[in-house]
Amino acid sequence: MELVVRDLAVARGGVRVLEGLSFSLSAGRALVLRGPNGIGKTTLLRTLAGLQRAEAGEMSLPPEAMAYAGHADGIKPTLSVAENLEFWAAVHGTVLTGAVLGAMDLAALADRPAQSLSAGQKRRLGLARLLVSGRPLWVLDEPTISLDAASVGLFVAAVRAHLAGGGAALMATHIDLGLAEAAVLDLAPFRATGGGFDGIADGGFGGGFDGGPAGAFG
Amino acid sequence: MRALLIRDLRLAMRAGGGFGLALSFFLLVAVLVPLGVGPEARVLALIAPGILWIGALLACLLSLDRIFALDFEDGSLDLLVTAPMPLEGVVSIKALAHWLVTGLPLTLLAPVLGVLLHLPGPGYGWLVVSLLVGTPALSVIGTFGAALTVGLRRGGLLMSLLVLPLYVPTLIFGAEVVKRGALGFDTTTPLLLLAGITLGAAALLPFASAAAVRINLR
Repeated sequence: MELVVRDLAVARGGVRVLEGLSFSLSAGRALVLRGPNGIGKTTLLRTLAGLQRAEAGEMSLPPEAMAYAGHADGIKPTLSVAENLEFWAAVHGTVLTGAVLGAMDLAALADRPAQSLSAGQKRRLGLARLLVSGRPLWVLDEPTISLDAASVGLFVAAVRAHLAGGGAALMATHIDLGLAEAAVLDLAPFRATGGGFDGIADGGFGGGFDGGPAGAFG
Repeated sequence: MRALLIRDLRLAMRAGGGFGLALSFFLLVAVLVPLGVGPEARVLALIAPGILWIGALLACLLSLDRIFALDFEDGSLDLLVTAPMPLEGVVSIKALAHWLVTGLPLTLLAPVLGVLLHLPGPGYGWLVVSLLVGTPALSVIGTFGAALTVGLRRGGLLMSLLVLPLYVPTLIFGAEVVKRGALGFDTTTPLLLLAGITLGAAALLPFASAAAVRINLR
């Protein structure tokens, strides 16, 4: 299994944000996407996961190979932790095991309704879904949001185990995970020229505010 | 697929799931109409088929925006789209789940409410048959409307406007079955047309619904 992306261009809201993007990711490796807010990390991940269409370019793996985890965790508040995970396990044709609950430290919470979980616990539940999906390539958008240091440790351990099992992970994150085997891809060089991003950064906002303090947005 | 159906039914039954909303609305309509129109049995018997069908239709309409809106908000819809199930199947299951918690209970409750409206004796059987045959169309068409407006904030008004015209044929033929049945006339023609609408909608609309969801998530 190897993900090869060639000359990919992605658009957000009809405006091209990234273009000419090429990279490859082989089994057992992780790739961390870096870049300022708005450059198109989420758009790129959603495109790879098959939620959006690429404007141009090609990728070697179908969306069916990827387990996507976005900003929202897809948790049903009235179902218990175990019921939430059992549903996604059934959808992906796997079974929920105690090891999955243990990996994200959810065993003690298994019978609690998801609405009573804290933000960090919900996030752990969202990440545990990756483990039951059984898919080889994890596509993660800011996976560590609202996780404390110990939970980040659990997450990194889960990613390591996934990589060791022949999987791969592609993630957008701003913090240093301490994952030595992860390569870093800076998206800044692939910013689309003439796209909306530059226009805004160059003062697209400022023009609309007559009489405002000059440079307030700069 | 079965897991999704069980999840949707379970969510509907749990607190805040919306099961009972449609039923109580239907009950209110049937209770309030005799109070507003007056107790004259002859008048009530005349309007009973139409009122019962309108009540069932509006009760159905009331619960439509829950089909996709909650899944969209918490991110589950993204994950369902990327899950190893055809999206056409997902929307069909969602329509089936909606019918099981709305259309089916409405059908079972309708004869009880028929008493309040002085529905003539021979009409009860036809009322149940027409609702049993017609309400699946309401769920399937409603799922299409919900798919068209998923992602729109407060899209409920737009959805009602889109869906109501599509509900009109079902209403006309459904009420006609009961009307003719109550008077002892032959009901074959409207019943066949009603069944035709349901089968046609169930066969074609899941494809349109799935396409609409895909476009709206983009």
